[in-house]
Amino acid sequence: MPENSKKPRIVVLNTRAANVHSVEKALRKVGAVPIVTSDPSELASADAAVLPGVGASDAVMTALNSLEMSAPVKEFAASGKPLLCVCVGLQVLFDSSEEGELPGLGLVDGNVQLIPSGMTDELGAAMKVPHMGWNEVTFAGAEADRNPMFKGIPQGSHFYFVHSYRCVPDEQAEIAATANYGVEICAAVARGNVVGTQFHPEKSGDVGLQIYKNFLDLASAQAK
Amino acid sequence: MLTRRVIPCLDVDNGRVVKGVSFVDIRDAGDPAELAAFYNAEGADELVFLDITASSDARNTMIDVVEKVSSEVFIPLTVGGGIRSVDNMRQMLEAGADKVAVNSAAVANPQLIEDCAKEFGAQCVVLAMDVKRVDDPIIANFDKYGEVPAEALFQIVTHGGRRPTALDAVKWAKLATEAGAGELLVTSMDADGQKTGYDNELLSVISDAVTVPVIASGGAGELGHFYDALTEGKSDAVLAASLFHFGELRVSEVKSHLAERGIPTREV
Repeated sequence: MPENSKKPRIVVLNTRAANVHSVEKALRKVGAVPIVTSDPSELASADAAVLPGVGASDAVMTALNSLEMSAPVKEFAASGKPLLCVCVGLQVLFDSSEEGELPGLGLVDGNVQLIPSGMTDELGAAMKVPHMGWNEVTFAGAEADRNPMFKGIPQGSHFYFVHSYRCVPDEQAEIAATANYGVEICAAVARGNVVGTQFHPEKSGDVGLQIYKNFLDLASAQAK
Repeated sequence: MLTRRVIPCLDVDNGRVVKGVSFVDIRDAGDPAELAAFYNAEGADELVFLDITASSDARNTMIDVVEKVSSEVFIPLTVGGGIRSVDNMRQMLEAGADKVAVNSAAVANPQLIEDCAKEFGAQCVVLAMDVKRVDDPIIANFDKYGEVPAEALFQIVTHGGRRPTALDAVKWAKLATEAGAGELLVTSMDADGQKTGYDNELLSVISDAVTVPVIASGGAGELGHFYDALTEGKSDAVLAASLFHFGELRVSEVKSHLAERGIPTREV
């Protein structure tokens, strides 16, 4: 990094989800110096932010509401700066979820539905819910047209998923990647600067770390 | 398509991996982080670290191990051994574990599963079950779990297989998943160490009884055993410890074998 360039301020929003620490470690691994915080005022001076999440969507929404983070997250999303949302962090971007009572942030039109159970896969095995493990991810469109967060990742790479609910965006164009689990799983959503992954890039080995590298590059471009 | 997972398990005593073979490129065969990186490069889909430290004073060294491994290796990490409380689980998750396995403490106090699942989500809670075959339905004290069904074939044992319980394995699998266990790690104590194959009958009855993923453990000795556990045994993942640890089989060999036989696996 050139001497005069500034380290980007990357804020990891601590919604008390169990994967906050993993996200922090992945960012450190790619050379970022993340700030993990529950204080929404930190977003004002952030170059980029991550909204992690595991567990139940209501738990994440309750945390966002009680920490008074919802409005600052929406403002941040509108600022055009990179916002990466992971797993339940992605699901709470939607209007509503079958999993919970609380409305989502409404940043992406659509809803979140329970993955149907009782299906069998190509081997004749029962498909369990949660969808847990490494699944093949297909990115939409040509690599040159992909959201910059997904550059340099081979088509068909495997990513690690753990979830029982799936995102169903109203706009097909906002689905950046899919996986197949009997039904189509929306693996990633991209709406300009707001990108969400249903899988856990911080637990998906090298291809996952590539997403954090891309995120850091985008954050660094903001910091200049 | 969702791939089947191959998971090496490492025993950790006092912060050090119990002695195995010295793989090429590994300077310190007892260093958990170095072995984790080795298995990661081999294509391991997940890692399980089992704390076998006898002294409870030394438990905190496991937190350091988890901290170090999860800063270097970015695949799912399950930690088990000696987890007795929500606080124990929190410490491991905060150190960087993705899932925490409970075993004996959950048998003694099934509420532990529910408490942990409520606090951290079911996806964090793995129930490790050590199972032995029984010839006769067990006649013992069933106060806590009700009667064992007459067709009971499998019994839960605790404390590393030393202590039998009156708990039917299938019933326990159902109770535990209803309480919030998000995954089951099923070890056959009969097959463990025998290298004659997993107990596929056990695995398939458990798998049929629950809706959460089942990890097969105990008995792997050759490549075909992994295939059998995933097909006949209906497991979602296969785990082995000494076979990998002593270099008798490589994780990469297992994955190639499975792929050749049409099982979806993750290429690295």
